[in-house]
Amino acid sequence: MTVMEQRGTYRPAPPPAWQPRTDPAPLLPDAEPYRVLGTEAAAKADPELLRRLYAELVKGRRYNAQATALTKQGRLAVYPSSTGQEACEVAAALALEERDWLFPSYRDTLAVVARGVDPVEALTLLRGDWHTGYDPYEHRVAPLSTPLATQLPHAVGLAHAARLKGDDVVALAMVGDGGTSEGDFHEALNFAAVWQAPVVFLVQNNGFAISVPLAKQTAAPSLAHKAVGYGMPGRLVDGNDAAAVHEVLSDAVRHARAGGGPTLIEAVTYRVEAHTNADDATRYRGDAEVETWKQHDPIALLERELTGRGLLDEAGAETARRDAETMAADLRAHMNEDPALDPMDLFADVYAEPTPQLLEQREQLRAELAAEAEQEGVQG
Amino acid sequence: MTTVAVKPATMAQALTRALRDAMAADPSVHVMGEDVGTLGGVFRITDGLAKEFGEDRCTDTPLAEAGILGTAVGMAMYGLRPVVEMQFDAFAYPAFEQLVSHVAKMRNRTRGKMPLPLTIRVPYGGGIGGVEHHSDSSEAYYMATPGLHVVTPATVADAYGLLRAAIASDDPVVFLEPKRLYWSKDAWNPEEPATVEPIGRAVVRRSGRSATLITYGPSVPVCMQAAEAARAEGWDLEVVDLRSLVPFDDGTVCASVRRTGRAVVVHESGGFGGPGGEIAARVTERCFHHLEAPVLRVAGFDLPYPPPMLERHHLPGVDRILDAVGRLQWEAES
Repeated sequence: MTVMEQRGTYRPAPPPAWQPRTDPAPLLPDAEPYRVLGTEAAAKADPELLRRLYAELVKGRRYNAQATALTKQGRLAVYPSSTGQEACEVAAALALEERDWLFPSYRDTLAVVARGVDPVEALTLLRGDWHTGYDPYEHRVAPLSTPLATQLPHAVGLAHAARLKGDDVVALAMVGDGGTSEGDFHEALNFAAVWQAPVVFLVQNNGFAISVPLAKQTAAPSLAHKAVGYGMPGRLVDGNDAAAVHEVLSDAVRHARAGGGPTLIEAVTYRVEAHTNADDATRYRGDAEVETWKQHDPIALLERELTGRGLLDEAGAETARRDAETMAADLRAHMNEDPALDPMDLFADVYAEPTPQLLEQREQLRAELAAEAEQEGVQG
Repeated sequence: MTTVAVKPATMAQALTRALRDAMAADPSVHVMGEDVGTLGGVFRITDGLAKEFGEDRCTDTPLAEAGILGTAVGMAMYGLRPVVEMQFDAFAYPAFEQLVSHVAKMRNRTRGKMPLPLTIRVPYGGGIGGVEHHSDSSEAYYMATPGLHVVTPATVADAYGLLRAAIASDDPVVFLEPKRLYWSKDAWNPEEPATVEPIGRAVVRRSGRSATLITYGPSVPVCMQAAEAARAEGWDLEVVDLRSLVPFDDGTVCASVRRTGRAVVVHESGGFGGPGGEIAARVTERCFHHLEAPVLRVAGFDLPYPPPMLERHHLPGVDRILDAVGRLQWEAES
């Protein structure tokens, strides 16, 4: 066949027929946030779990109040309170197994403490005597992350590594509504879905990124809908319903552990306090809105369920309050002690071995401290 | 006793060999990046690794540098030793926040509990005819970030030895590969691929008595040429190859400058706020009474990296280096 003949018979093959990579329908979140408390689903909830959640919620709220008080006494540099969001915080910690990992953001001290980290060590960052006060490997809790959403890819990488090593470990990563606008949120979800990494992303949509409301943050139908674009399921849950959050998180953790890949969960909640003690929320929202949300309080919702079903009486509630007071008194006592500071620690752990430059600078500081001590001795 | 022929090898081959040997020696070493798997990397440095070790050990990632480095952080947290490839210098910038806020700080912020042993390979520098965003010298950004080691080889043997050392390090290492030298050849014995170089030691590449050229990476061969050319002018130049920008080897550099009494720092990176300013200051602070002239810098101009048809005017070349040597106040000698 000549070239011309070939040309005559040549027909371009049609491109392969287009098909969606996955069926988006099963990935879509429900139209309404999932609820358990006050619904028929509540009857199926484990009474022991509900009581445990209640005790932790009460303790969590007291912890927030105590930490905020410590900022006013100058014992903490700053505290971003999670009051109103205790259901998410506590459920996140309780949905995980011992071997799992938690990746908190800076507002998630309660989750860190509920996971078992020492309540004082959890506040080291915010007291300012060091950055991360706890050993991340002791309770498998990554450092509280201040740069928004940057801890999410860490969770993906850790979960991926665990799976490569054959460990059935799940990572739960926490982020806020504002954090979903960050590039790292996008990259983490994409990597997680491509690798089918055993990760659960919990977005606490508390309505505000400091002062900016969600409407200025996204035009998505909901934050949970973002999951569909990555090819992972999105779940929408009432973030003030501790039983619902715990159930949705536990399902997602189980799904991930079984090799089903990641899930994005949007928990709809509300930041009752200002962004931090240094913020003035009256500049961007009215009291009426806050009051509305207080009518949908996570502790009150659970209390109503428990008392209605005879699972909690006044004595039980009193025990929970007393335990919380004991925790708060203990926290107060420890936080009122001045932390031991050694300026020479500045040079520890910058590298495995200090560089020659750091050794020189360390000697400079040592000499300055010696001169300071001598001066104080003369004055004393 | 067997004799192994010492054949010329390229820097690219030595880097590939270093990755392969590191992966064979330690199952926790994982290579990841854009196009590093099936393709073997755009510069072919990871050629064959996916085939030999499987895609779980040499992984084509999604195209997102912050995601690559961020997930590598999580992998290192779980006991792996990731080796990340950033495809080009200027494509590494999206990973900058992960690098500065997490990679560099994790050991320190956790009081040593959570070290991150990971290597970030970055092909850097110009002189390859690359179009916009393919020729940056970004070392000053990394040098200015405490917690990182910053290493760059200039020879085939060092490419192997320093990369093995970087991967073996329990600290994060930014490993800058002078892409202009990828295809440079040295006599190198791949059967005995040299010992693992300790990070942080400079080396005298050429001994001389008149003045010291302090340089690193892609500028080392240029300085060697300049030193040869300088003989015609009667100058006997010493060339110090830094190899490691962090930690900085004050000892080797200052011993050389004290011997010669004159120094020029040479690099492609811009001069203003560049590594040369730091090096000149360190040398002046430590060797002032041995200096016959101010420490001079020959650097790239302080402008965005030029288009390829103009880059030769930007890059420090032999003539510009010799001009600087000529300005080292030789009048005092005569």
